[in-house]
Amino acid sequence: MVDATQTRTNAARGFSLPKVKGSTVVMVLYLLFLLVPIYWLVNMSFKTNSEILSTFSLLPQEPTLRNYQTILTDASWYMGYVNSIIYVTLNTVISIAVALPAAYAFSRYQFMGDKHLFFWLLTNRMAPPAVFALPFFQLYSSVGLFDTHIAVALAHTLFNVPLAVWILEGFMRGVPKEIDETAYIDGYSFGRFFVKIFMPLIASGVGVTAFFCFMFSWVELLLSRTLTSVDAKPIAATMTRTVGASGVDWGVLAAAGVLTILPGALVIYFVRNYIAKGFALGRV
Amino acid sequence: MDKPVNQKAWLLVLPVLVLVSFSAIIPLMTVVNYSVQDTFGQNQFFWSGLTWFSDMLASDRMWDALARQVAFSLIILAIEVPLGIIVAINMPKSGVKASVCLVLMSLPLLIPWNVVGTIWQIFGRTDIGLLGYTLDAVGIDFNYTQGFYSAWATLIVMDVWHWTSLVALLAYAGLQSIPGAYYQAAKIDQASRWAVFRYIELPKMSGVLTIAILLRFMDSFKIYTEPFVVTGGGPGNATTLLSIDLVKMALGQFDLGKAGAFSIMYFLVILLVSWVFYTVMTNLDKRDGR
Repeated sequence: MVDATQTRTNAARGFSLPKVKGSTVVMVLYLLFLLVPIYWLVNMSFKTNSEILSTFSLLPQEPTLRNYQTILTDASWYMGYVNSIIYVTLNTVISIAVALPAAYAFSRYQFMGDKHLFFWLLTNRMAPPAVFALPFFQLYSSVGLFDTHIAVALAHTLFNVPLAVWILEGFMRGVPKEIDETAYIDGYSFGRFFVKIFMPLIASGVGVTAFFCFMFSWVELLLSRTLTSVDAKPIAATMTRTVGASGVDWGVLAAAGVLTILPGALVIYFVRNYIAKGFALGRV
Repeated sequence: MDKPVNQKAWLLVLPVLVLVSFSAIIPLMTVVNYSVQDTFGQNQFFWSGLTWFSDMLASDRMWDALARQVAFSLIILAIEVPLGIIVAINMPKSGVKASVCLVLMSLPLLIPWNVVGTIWQIFGRTDIGLLGYTLDAVGIDFNYTQGFYSAWATLIVMDVWHWTSLVALLAYAGLQSIPGAYYQAAKIDQASRWAVFRYIELPKMSGVLTIAILLRFMDSFKIYTEPFVVTGGGPGNATTLLSIDLVKMALGQFDLGKAGAFSIMYFLVILLVSWVFYTVMTNLDKRDGR
């Protein structure tokens, strides 16, 4: 592929200026803009509370791991992470399990009302969680699921199932229909064909979908906070307890924030080349 | 697309239908219920018709929140879309550098939304935050809990920080799908950089950009957590966007009837825009022969 900025660089060389490409400058500035706030959070997480409030420094003067220690040794803190991971995992499994057959149906067949159904699913991806917070609270309280992981996982299917169907449908459309037909001629049943032949073909699509379900369930706070009180309280809601009678414990708050960034940073590495495709609902 | 008609496909869609009905239709019907009833407490409800709707439509509260919401969504779109395109054009095309850029750019997208709020809440404080401290040192009067403009500027910069990468990633994916021959042809024609952008890159990106714009519009329209953490809707009501107002009404004041009517109208707006989105997208799909 021809580098679009090549011509500009060649022109610049005539003046024998330092050979810094314009594109590099733009990217460096943009990445700095993204990373400086995160750097500040990390910086603060290694400071004691008194240092944060008394001195202003770009690097911690007396680096300390006390904030992380507080979080990792206190069950009411680290259980927040465990709770979050439990409901995020449950949600991802449920979403993909129900979305797989539906996405296959949408990508392969026409049926009565398919377009309306697809549109209706889309509206749920777009629906504001604030509209659903109170009804969810009452619905799950009345069936006795309030403050359980499964309640949050089910509530998050509201936006994750439509998303999963959309992304998977995009990936499945890329698989030629002849494969299905050949398999049926060879005597495969639908179930066996789907698991043995079709699933391996869209493995990357399933991975990307899992990533997106993970992501949107992980970052959501409004519903998960409304539906939990103690036993299934997510880390995001636990963070509010750093605001105590003696003011805010900034160091611990920053450390908790850093710890919520890590899981995302880890998984992002594995799907970096598919992120755009997932965001485009499989339509790149 | 010549897909065979098969009504049995409904069976495959059934699990999704049941699950989403449970988590979407039942709650929505609860909201409808509230919006047409009034109560004197003790769980005694009676029919009140459309009074809540006319009350809400007559009050300034909802219109003000709607105006702020529309302003917010338009401002962030006006910044994020051009900026996202610029970043996408300048991204390395392949190799390790491209991977590093992709990973670093995706980072803000995976931070829990209240942590995004916390990051900017800390970052903007004049006593312990780098941004607030620097602005204060330069002599700019910056205080996001008191000043109207500071609060708005913080929210907008925060949203740009949080979501521009999404636009950039989508635009980048669109650019990657342009065959090299297009650029070579443009070179032979001695097309200017602007002409290449206008007549080759922009048309090829239009599909993904539509998705980016509409995703950003929708998600900014239902934004709640980040502004709630940073400004809590203040100073006064300056940054009380639709969702914040709705949660205040429903969970804070337990004003069920009004909140119900508010929710229904909020949802109708979303429905309308979703419909536009869907129509535009299916038309684009058809044009591309998919």
